[in-house]
Amino acid sequence: MLDKMRDKTKEVIAAYVFLAPNLLGFLLFTSIPVLASLGLSFVKWDLLSDGPQFTGLKNFIDLVRDPFFLKYCWNTLYLMLSIPISMAGSLLLAIALNQKLKGTVIFRTVYFLPTICSGVAIFMLWRLIYNPNFGLLNTMIAEFGDALRLKLAGPNWLTDEAWAKPAFIIMSVWQSIGGYNMILYLAALQGVPRDLYDAAEVDGANSWQKFWAVTWPQISPTTFFIATMSLIGGFQAGFDQAYIMTGGGPNGSTTTIIYYIFNNAFEWYRMGYAAAISWVLFLIIFIVTVVKWKFFGKNVHYA
Amino acid sequence: MGHHIDSLIQQEMKQEMAASPSFFRKKKKAAAVIELKERSPLKRASQRAVLFFGLLLGAISMAAPFLWMVSTSLSEPAQIFAENRPWWREWLPTTFVWQNYVKVWDVVPFARFYLNSIFVSLCITFGQVATSAMAAYAFARLRFPGRDKLFFGYLATMMIPGAVTMIPVFILLRHFGWIDTYKALILPGIFTAYGTFMLRQFFLTLPKDLEDAAKIDGCSYRRIFWHIILPLSKPALATLTTFTFMGSWMNLMWPLIVVNTHTKYTLPVGLAYFQGVHGTDWTLLMAASMMMILPILIVFLFNQRFFVEGIKLTGIKG
Repeated sequence: MLDKMRDKTKEVIAAYVFLAPNLLGFLLFTSIPVLASLGLSFVKWDLLSDGPQFTGLKNFIDLVRDPFFLKYCWNTLYLMLSIPISMAGSLLLAIALNQKLKGTVIFRTVYFLPTICSGVAIFMLWRLIYNPNFGLLNTMIAEFGDALRLKLAGPNWLTDEAWAKPAFIIMSVWQSIGGYNMILYLAALQGVPRDLYDAAEVDGANSWQKFWAVTWPQISPTTFFIATMSLIGGFQAGFDQAYIMTGGGPNGSTTTIIYYIFNNAFEWYRMGYAAAISWVLFLIIFIVTVVKWKFFGKNVHYA
Repeated sequence: MGHHIDSLIQQEMKQEMAASPSFFRKKKKAAAVIELKERSPLKRASQRAVLFFGLLLGAISMAAPFLWMVSTSLSEPAQIFAENRPWWREWLPTTFVWQNYVKVWDVVPFARFYLNSIFVSLCITFGQVATSAMAAYAFARLRFPGRDKLFFGYLATMMIPGAVTMIPVFILLRHFGWIDTYKALILPGIFTAYGTFMLRQFFLTLPKDLEDAAKIDGCSYRRIFWHIILPLSKPALATLTTFTFMGSWMNLMWPLIVVNTHTKYTLPVGLAYFQGVHGTDWTLLMAASMMMILPILIVFLFNQRFFVEGIKLTGIKG
């Protein structure tokens, strides 16, 4: 009896020892900051003056009336157009790579390269690709025009308000089409039971019908998972590329919510306002995730 | 920091993936292919050929920017501005200017950026894997009061965007006087709920018999953790290691926030700074970018299968 008690105490002590380093860091850099951030969103503070001034809901009221914030929300949503495009592309690629053709491994490696090499270096590369005068894209457009004896000229991709967002979407699709999502789709496709296809074939289904009747419902958990993660990521995306390639311009057309938070906090030192935006961002993500789960979660087929 | 925001609702799916016993072994399961029609061999062969060339075309457009990057990084600066050059000159420099790769190191303190990046990424990776594994062991295997509530607290924060904590953490570090130090670069990157969550899920799938036997033999928890749990969890640990390392290698925003002197810059910030001062030296910029990508590329090419399995295991989005 006493032994058992001693064992239990030992276990509890061991548990806290194992937990301690992570828990301390977690409290210091996550839990407390979350609460502090909520507090910050009700104050005005530029870090320099005497201290934070309590302003109640002013930050949130200002935010709703802030035309820039609305514009940047729209930008963020617009750039998220790349999500459905690259998801469809990933699925197509996965289906193609699942046909056991020659060189599948090499193809998969090449398609995965842009994902693996993401980051500042790649954004720098794309800034050059989009250069209107000697970038790869416009050079190719012009050469294509020459071949057809037409005078074709590509747009000023990154400095034209109408083209900057499409340019970012093209780049995002290039970056993510063969990446994580394709690998997840490939795994999902390989997990679809063989006999379902056999049964469909007996019923005389063609490839197209087999896709919609068997494959699509069977891989729906993966689609749902990818869509959820991409949405959550999408709302928070867009800082690195805009910082490197456009500085958020032209005329704010590539500034996303996260970039606005960064600017408010670390360029203009409006800590309270930035914290308020970050909470609104969280709220948006939370609502979208819950709504999505409520409406589409039911239709997902779990085998 | 908060890249790995994860949706709690998908927990089930992950457990399912992690529970797959054939993890890391090649799946022998017959692949459920959407078969191409098998009616006539000729039709089938031609369909496969079309598919193959489609894939090839796609692969070329995926790889083209990289090849162009290599070519640009080896060109004379004047060459890339040249008008009316034949199209293949885009892809093949007139003379190979290897000097570009050397010059980068002189124009900016590139070596310093490189060392900083290696040091910071290694510290974050080691710290995160070590502390996460320990905490995950406690959550997965030990009984203590408040365990489930605490774990729920971890989970709850995973939904919160990194932007929310970024500002108070900056203020906190400033209060400590840690701005512009390695501590500021490293410490906040170490502690994520994500690593703990992922490893806990993996530990839960490990068989318990070995541990029970060890306990009867009077093995301490420390030894069980070190000699049983960790060796059995190599795949999950390797996955967390890789993704953490890559994440911190690429991270631009956090170093931008907490560091202001050149000697503390990591590669992404250093490269951004390089662009700021030498924005039109495209050949040098491309050479520098190549050198930033190279380590990641090498790791990837040598561990490709493991990357793929890691993604399936965790379903993480970088």
